Amino acid sequence: MVDSALNNAAEPRGPKPKRAFSRANIFIYGTLLLVSIYYLLPLYVMIVTSLKGMPEIRLGNVFGPPLEPTFQPWIKAWAEACTGINCDGLSRGFWNSVKILIPSIVLSILIASVNGYALANWKFKGSETFFTILIIGAFIPYQTMLYPIVIMLREIKLMGSIWGLVLVHTVFGMPILTLLFRNYFTSIPEELFKAARVDGAGFWGIYFKIMLPMSLPIFVVAIILQVTGIWNDFLFGVIYTKPDTYPMTVQLNNIVNSVQGVKEYNVNMAATLLTGLVPLVIYFISGKLFVRGIAAGAVKG
Amino acid sequence: MATVSVKDLVLNFGSVKVLRDLNLNIPTGEFLVLLGASGSGKSTLLNCIAGLLDVTDGQIFIDDKNVTWSEPKDRGIGMVFQSYALYPQMTVKGNLSFGLKNAGLPKAEIEKRIERAASVLQIEPLLDRKPSALSGGQRQRVAIGRALVRDVDVFLFDEPLSNLDAKLRADLRVEIKRLHQKLKNTMIYVTHDQVEAMTLADRIAVMSQGIILQLDTPTTIYNRPANKYVAGFIGSPEMNFLNGELSGAKANVFETSDKKIKLTSYEFSDEERNNGQQAILGVRPEQVAVADQATAMPVTETVEVELVEPMGADTLVWSTYAGQPFRFRMEGTANVSPGDKVKIGFDPTKASLFDTNSELRL
Ligand SMILES: Nc1ncnc2c1ncn2[C@@H]1O[C@H](COP(=O)(O)OP(=O)(O)O)[C@@H](O)[C@H]1O
Ligand SMILES: [Mg+2]
Repeated sequence: MVDSALNNAAEPRGPKPKRAFSRANIFIYGTLLLVSIYYLLPLYVMIVTSLKGMPEIRLGNVFGPPLEPTFQPWIKAWAEACTGINCDGLSRGFWNSVKILIPSIVLSILIASVNGYALANWKFKGSETFFTILIIGAFIPYQTMLYPIVIMLREIKLMGSIWGLVLVHTVFGMPILTLLFRNYFTSIPEELFKAARVDGAGFWGIYFKIMLPMSLPIFVVAIILQVTGIWNDFLFGVIYTKPDTYPMTVQLNNIVNSVQGVKEYNVNMAATLLTGLVPLVIYFISGKLFVRGIAAGAVKG
Repeated sequence: MATVSVKDLVLNFGSVKVLRDLNLNIPTGEFLVLLGASGSGKSTLLNCIAGLLDVTDGQIFIDDKNVTWSEPKDRGIGMVFQSYALYPQMTVKGNLSFGLKNAGLPKAEIEKRIERAASVLQIEPLLDRKPSALSGGQRQRVAIGRALVRDVDVFLFDEPLSNLDAKLRADLRVEIKRLHQKLKNTMIYVTHDQVEAMTLADRIAVMSQGIILQLDTPTTIYNRPANKYVAGFIGSPEMNFLNGELSGAKANVFETSDKKIKLTSYEFSDEERNNGQQAILGVRPEQVAVADQATAMPVTETVEVELVEPMGADTLVWSTYAGQPFRFRMEGTANVSPGDKVKIGFDPTKASLFDTNSELRL
């Protein structure tokens, strides 16, 4: 019986054949295609509209490509659109946002990474309690804190300034970033940390020479979280800054919602795209590292 | 060269008592192995000696200096870990020099020490590689090198060979022994592997649940285990344990079912014995003689073979003696199968007798 089975040439052998267009594949790719269209269509409409002149928009063909492509709306959105008394477009808001973003990221990530490192590797009496309190902080609704912060900023004379907003962003980023870093550092084998202590490295020595070089992916994750979070923030921006220091999102809102004159859809679209560009670029540059960092944080040892 | 002493050491993790009133004295140049099952507190003890854990109570002395509160780097120790714990972003050279740079040693001295350690461990060709480009055995060599360059008197090893495959483990084990013979420094070596313990140690400390059950030379621990746990933990296959009781005016006869085993020339310990006391007689499978050799033994019996486990050099045979499971060793060439009758014999003076309740050696 064994012999006959062995000699049967029709028995399966070698790699199992795969069909290119199985029913499951068609279903999967079909769904993916549909979902991508759903997400990409609005983007497409925005791009084509931003490249049209106003007369062409009035024709009402929303999906049609621009007949006479023009970059005028983009230029106007960037440098000429009026918000209140200022008529220098989004550029002012862009630079304000940059001035808010960079110190906020640097400060929050520096502090949070050291926090996370201390909580993971240098446990002290009450460190778990401290961590719990910090995490609970992440679940308190922002709204309850808005006004107390106004008072605090006024007291330390930072209300309305860029640095006041930087402070707010740094503080609000702390719980989630600390959690992120703590979990990542806990996943680094403890023996590595012990070896470094035997080798005579101290708190900062281990942080800078051992932990930091091993943590690039998680720093990328933190940067992406913070860039998108801070860049897209509207609420804190509109409350804690004043027209001169408004971040880009607040200015975008003012341009889009301005009640004077005709609605310039093309300028609005261009302004919106411009505002969304920064997080988009960050995603494209660091997408791979982002995934790796998330995965590294997820598979805690 | 340095002695290491641990006095009344207590370590609790919260309410969990991991080390209880532990005392240990290690003379200069001794190779001490801490042997015990996983979770017995070996690593914890080693970490306390290294200064990586704050002790709850007690003192630690290295070279007669009280180092209980000292930083690891100030204790004159080098440590090797199970997972190698090499700094992944540094080359082998960077790994070896990290501690020396932290200590502020001059460059020339660092170079000299690295060169020396690399030649001892034969890792010169690897100096510029990253740890990820090394095999397990090479990584552990580098980890040993990292302790070596520190030029310390005390080496601490925490299961350094557990992550290696059998052949490499045997090779590196010999190398560690050679290293100790050459350097003659004090070594404390943690393992759960009794072969490593027996082959490397000057003395073995058998640990269980945070206490040291027996601290003695490998031969004594093997031949005269202080209690039933040590007897069962050391030796493979495991010792046979026969339940019975003591009889006779001097309580020097062991009775189990219908058998009477005379212990007249057995070296009793100082523990108290009584006529009628419950006791356990431990007989190692390799101390059981078979066939012709059995005839000369004080205790003989013909038993039926129940199961045969050929292991190459020898064969392990399962049978029943006095109504209790009994294993013994035969030649690797022995031709036995289940159902065969075999004559066995053993010398009770070489066996170990324990009290059933306290499990201490009698
Ligand atoms: N950080 C810790 N927190 C709480 N319990 C611990 C901790 N480290 C070890 N233990 C406990 O202490 C006991 C001894 O652990 P360990 O010294 O690692 O044992 P071994 O090295 O002998 O396997 C174990 O029961 C373990 O669960
Ligand atoms: Mg251990």
